[in-house]
Amino acid sequence: MKVIRWLIGLIIILAFLIINFVVFTEIPFNYKLINILLFCSLFVLIRVVMGPTVADRIVAIDILGILIIGVCAILAISLDRSFYIDIGIAWGLQSFIGSLALAKFMEGRSLDA
Amino acid sequence: MHSLAVNQIIGYVFIGIGLIFDFFGVLGLVRLPDVYNRLQAATKCVTFGSAGILIGVLIYSGFTAMGFKALICAIFILLTSPVSAHAIARAAHRSGIKLTDKTIIDLYQEDKKN
Repeated sequence: MKVIRWLIGLIIILAFLIINFVVFTEIPFNYKLINILLFCSLFVLIRVVMGPTVADRIVAIDILGILIIGVCAILAISLDRSFYIDIGIAWGLQSFIGSLALAKFMEGRSLDA
Repeated sequence: MHSLAVNQIIGYVFIGIGLIFDFFGVLGLVRLPDVYNRLQAATKCVTFGSAGILIGVLIYSGFTAMGFKALICAIFILLTSPVSAHAIARAAHRSGIKLTDKTIIDLYQEDKKN
């Protein structure tokens, strides 16, 4: 059973890499890099849906914000516009404050003590 | 592909290393059995994953507006993400989320009893 799960995961990852880098050749190279990050965020969304406790979901949302900052950085160099990194900075601020507030709320304390 | 300058090649190398770190961190987030193990794998996405991508953007574009914004964003991520990870781990332990069965020692639990 465990070997079958390993094989399914390996086949999915290899299929993604082959489709991304071999099949579609006319896509620009930066967009292929963005596709890798979007594939990673698909894994994060699996953890958000399947997570058994609340802390799993909070960790997954935090990491999703970090991945979106990476997407904004690669978009900035591929389109040559610098304001995408501003979106990344703002997203990082909101993600930090949200994670701290959710952690305090999960611990059972109020926000000003 | 058209020819690249040297700083652009080094920037792409940093971006590639960051993408590899992001991918393995997310794989650990899906695969590992426990909240604490998942947090330990997932914070690897920050310290060389997205920060590596931002440093790569800084090397790629030089000291322009984009490069300075990427530097500011990398420093901000490196300062704030361990704080939120520590807060999440502490809150998870205090709210009574159980560790996995293979755990052999829990020093924080013994420290709270004293």
